[in-house]
Amino acid sequence: MKNKFSILHPYNNGLYHTADSIRFSYWLVNSGYKWCLAFLILAMLYPVNAMASNYTYTMAFQAFLKWVPLLVKSGFVLNIIISFLAMMIGTAMGVILGLAQVSQYKYVRIIAASITQLFRNIPWLVLLFIIMLTFPFEIETADKIYKIPDWTKAVFGFSLPVMANISEIVRGAIKSVPLGQWEAAESLAFSRQKTFWQIILPQCYKRMIPPWMNWYAILSMATPLVSLLGVEEIITLSRQAMEAENNNPELLIPFYSFALFIFFIYCYPIARFTIALEKRYAVKL
Amino acid sequence: MNTWTEKEPILSIKDVHKSFGELEVLKGVTLDVMKGEVICIIGPSGSGKSTLIRCVNALNDIQKGSIKVEGVEVNDPKLDKLSLRRKVGMVFQQYNLFPHKTAIENIMMAPIQVLKQDPKNVEDRAHTLIKKVRLQGKENSFPGELSGGQQQRIAIARSLAMEPNIMLFDEITAALDPETVKEVLVTIKDLAHDGMTCCLVTHEMGFAKEIADHIYFTDRGVIVEHGPPKTFFTEAKDPRTKEFLSQIL
Repeated sequence: MKNKFSILHPYNNGLYHTADSIRFSYWLVNSGYKWCLAFLILAMLYPVNAMASNYTYTMAFQAFLKWVPLLVKSGFVLNIIISFLAMMIGTAMGVILGLAQVSQYKYVRIIAASITQLFRNIPWLVLLFIIMLTFPFEIETADKIYKIPDWTKAVFGFSLPVMANISEIVRGAIKSVPLGQWEAAESLAFSRQKTFWQIILPQCYKRMIPPWMNWYAILSMATPLVSLLGVEEIITLSRQAMEAENNNPELLIPFYSFALFIFFIYCYPIARFTIALEKRYAVKL
Repeated sequence: MNTWTEKEPILSIKDVHKSFGELEVLKGVTLDVMKGEVICIIGPSGSGKSTLIRCVNALNDIQKGSIKVEGVEVNDPKLDKLSLRRKVGMVFQQYNLFPHKTAIENIMMAPIQVLKQDPKNVEDRAHTLIKKVRLQGKENSFPGELSGGQQQRIAIARSLAMEPNIMLFDEITAALDPETVKEVLVTIKDLAHDGMTCCLVTHEMGFAKEIADHIYFTDRGVIVEHGPPKTFFTEAKDPRTKEFLSQIL
């Protein structure tokens, strides 16, 4: 029999419930596709009003198809490379920073917390501009000049906010282990270090993975930001391709829809997986 | 040099004062425990019983007084806390088993990691301990799969694996339901019979009466009254003890 006493159960509207640390994944899974559709409809309306020309959607689509291999191979792949590297570097730095946030030395804690808060709250685009414009574009040694490609600077720029957010995830996971675990380990003559590495940290991994993946989805969605700085990723290439096709407004639809969908298709499974992991771990712990 | 002999108290607490900020929870507590003795500390909530035994293995520090375990001063900044804790086992109200390890791994972890003992020997001993707490067949269960009483018995075995000379029990049955309390108490009774020195903080009066060699009643940070169970429960003199006992019994 169906239980009518809904007040005894958490209210369920058919959507996934939000957990703060992985809110982005929930958003993407629940309503991401709606936004995609909304964009498409708006985009469809625009050229109709803009001009009455002989250029049709079919022609735009055909023009677009020519560019697809380039958009994917050197565009989207670069987005993925940037997001991967930034995530790796950001995670490595973030774990260290997160551990420093729970150090037993007060000043280490303060410094780590300040760095974390600074990079968590600075707008990503501002950070990217600073990195892009202040870092050298080439390095001169005695006999050679090494060019530094823009996208490596983008990787560094993205890895900083990732670092700060991973740092918070690490700190939060460590703090979420009950104090009793420390006390039990202490009473069994474990040193602080041993307690930390063998008892506290192993309990943290599971709690860290879902929010970590959530941040990866956010990061990969954010990579087109660097198109504003001229890095030749998918959005920059789309714009260049449209220019090559005489900037017909009808081109906007295939090109940007494609970018939209490729990101959506890439991130949606990640978000689903994140939520699934979160649920599984939530039951076990 | 440590000249402690078994004729002296294994645990000697003298005039211990402990405050948490403004709040003074222990106001001069003195008690002695001989080797092989079982003592129970009873008293109303907030009377400092738990704090007292947490001080014994230096989970809490004290402001004044002296605690000696086998003649070694605990209230000493140069104290080797690790060597103290090898001698003093502790079991908590909330079990505090390590949730990512199986029952037997929980038991084996400290001897292997801290005492660097041979894993083979430790495993044999762990099996003996599991038998002792009557949990054969649960070796490979994770704490989450065990009942409260079972978890608590594994926690006892985990402490015993370090081969301590004193065991501290901090209200270990308080979080259990009456059915499972019994199985934990049986385990402790076995321990006491084997001659383990035990300090229990408990609310189980019947059990205290049965098992303790000496009972201490604390209230507001001092020991109000103490004595062997025979006389303690029947001939309580202090009005606070009387009131407490009349409410409980």
